[in-house]
Amino acid sequence: MIEKDAFGFFIVIALMTIVVYLGRIGGFWLIGRLVIGPRLRRMLDALPGAIIAATVAPALVQGGLRAILALTATLVVMIAIRKDFAAVVAGVAVAAAAFAYGI
Amino acid sequence: MTPPDNPSEQSRSEPHWAFAAFRQGAADVMSFLPGLAAFSMAYGTVAARKGMTLFETLLMSATVFGGVVQMVVLDSWPETLTVGAIAGIVALTALVNARYLMIGATLRPLLGPAPAHKAYPTLFFLVEPAWLMSLRYYAKGGRDPAYLLGGGMAMYLIWVTTAIPGFIAGAAVGNPKQFGIDLVVPAFFVAMMVPLWRGARRSYGLIVGALAAALTYYLLGGVWYLIVGAVAGCIAGVFNDD
Repeated sequence: MIEKDAFGFFIVIALMTIVVYLGRIGGFWLIGRLVIGPRLRRMLDALPGAIIAATVAPALVQGGLRAILALTATLVVMIAIRKDFAAVVAGVAVAAAAFAYGI
Repeated sequence: MTPPDNPSEQSRSEPHWAFAAFRQGAADVMSFLPGLAAFSMAYGTVAARKGMTLFETLLMSATVFGGVVQMVVLDSWPETLTVGAIAGIVALTALVNARYLMIGATLRPLLGPAPAHKAYPTLFFLVEPAWLMSLRYYAKGGRDPAYLLGGGMAMYLIWVTTAIPGFIAGAAVGNPKQFGIDLVVPAFFVAMMVPLWRGARRSYGLIVGALAAALTYYLLGGVWYLIVGAVAGCIAGVFNDD
């Protein structure tokens, strides 16, 4: 459950909105004013993958065999047909099946 | 190439914002609709299960408008909101959305010729599917920034409204594990990793990020795994081959 302090909630939302918007305009604004060298470009290139991988890894550590089976199914379907929606449905279906079998 | 199609010539003058381009942008992002709607429903479900009201759930979608960051922040919402916890959420938000710095930079050619009072409001609606379609549109010779705005606003409308059925379902579902709902987001992320994978020699960031995050989660728990994983992966990315 989240903290039910409404005022705190609105502060968080407002700060998140500002930070996200600054991210959206920041790169566009900066690009005319900054020289991006190969090191910085490689770091920025690697960032999306690093964030996504970093989000998934703990789900595997925490979720055990059921999570491993489900996310492997997602990976296989995605590699095979490259449809993210179908891949997620496959993963969720395997997770539900694993739960039904007590895994 | 005939003079009217010459991009350098057009970029010197203020681009035209035609409704046809706006409409085309909105139509072209529709192939992302199933994925986006499912993601938004998953967000609504998680928000309901975290005890948020429907108003709070939709407010976050309407202001932040960021799928991954909304999910990650909800998932790591602290027990009590202290100043430190709020600072942590803000740092997490900045880190998760740092990729937009790169994405926004790539929009200079399309959006750069537009006046600031049109370009910066358009960037509020910047989201990955609209960005991808805009790159394609520009590569094919399209020069109207309304295309990006149309795609972004269509995504925005879908993102905010489809959280409602997700919220209602979330309040009704008993054990999320029974239907695999707890793994919807990790599954989405796994699916997103596939197009980002560029072979082992060029994906150090992805590999190191995953290992560092798993280790941090195992040792510390909490939300630090994301920051440690992202920073470690980002630094490892310097050693990627081009």
